[in-house]
Amino acid sequence: MVAMHTQTTSDWLAEHGDYLYRFALARLRDSHQAEDVVQETMLAALQNNSFAGQSSPRTWLTGILKHKIIDVLRKQVREVSLGESADHGNDFLERPDMDEFFMEDGHWADKPQAWGKPDGELEQKQFFGVLQNCMEKLPKKLAAIFTLRDIEEEENEKICKDLEITTTNAWVMLYRARMTLRKCLELNWIGR
Amino acid sequence: MLTCKQASQLLSQSLERRLTRGERFRLRFHLLLCKLCKRFGQQIVGLRNAIRQQVKLTEQNKEIKLSKDAVKRITQAINLIHH
Repeated sequence: MVAMHTQTTSDWLAEHGDYLYRFALARLRDSHQAEDVVQETMLAALQNNSFAGQSSPRTWLTGILKHKIIDVLRKQVREVSLGESADHGNDFLERPDMDEFFMEDGHWADKPQAWGKPDGELEQKQFFGVLQNCMEKLPKKLAAIFTLRDIEEEENEKICKDLEITTTNAWVMLYRARMTLRKCLELNWIGR
Repeated sequence: MLTCKQASQLLSQSLERRLTRGERFRLRFHLLLCKLCKRFGQQIVGLRNAIRQQVKLTEQNKEIKLSKDAVKRITQAINLIHH
C-alpha cells in the first residue's frame, strides 16, 4: 500500500490537475465549481490510503472526481431556488406537459425548423458556442440531470438512486431539458 | 393515433429506455407521416452527440488549465492537512 503524503499529492496536482480541471469543467460548466471539486479530490486522495497502484493515478483520481461531480449535480437537482415561486419550484418533477410547445390538440405550436449542419471549422466553433450558451441558460436542475444522463451515460436506475428521484421524474426532466435546449439552439443557430 | 406531443415524449423516452413493441409501432407510424416529429427525433439525437463531442473537446483542450490562484489555493489546502 502506498501511503499518501503531501509530496505525492502535490506531484499529482502538477501532473494531473489540469486534466482533472478540464474533466470537471466540461461537466459542471462553472470554473469555480470545477476548481472546488478538483481541490476536494486532491484532499480526498491525500486522506484516503487506498491507492495501491492497481490503476494509474489519473484513473484513480478521476474516479474520485466523478463522485464529487455527481455530488454537486445531485445538490443542484434537489435544491429549490429561492427565486422560484411555489408552483414553479418543483413543477419540473410534477408537470410533464410542455404546454408552451404544443397546441390543445397535441400538434406542434412551434414547429421544429430544419437546421443546417455546421459546415467547416468556423461554423463548428460557432455551433459549439451557441450550444455552450444554451446549456448555461438551462435551469440548473435540468442541466444537472441532463449532464448525468447524456454525458456520464449513467444508467437511469443509478441516476434515480443517486438523486433520490423516481424514474418518471427523471424522464420528465430529461424531456423538458431536451425540449428547452433544442428550442434555444434552434433560435440561436438559425437566427445567428 | 399518437399526437405530436405524445410522439415527442416517446422520442425522448426512447433515449432512456426500450420502448414496448406497441409504442415502437405507433411511433414509427407517426414518424412516417409527420416530418416535424421525425425532425425532432433526429435533432435530439444530434444534440446528444454534439454535447458529448463538446465534452471531449473540452477534456482535450490543453489550453484550459487551472489558474495560478487555484493551484496555489489547492496546494495550500494539501499542505494544511499535514501541519
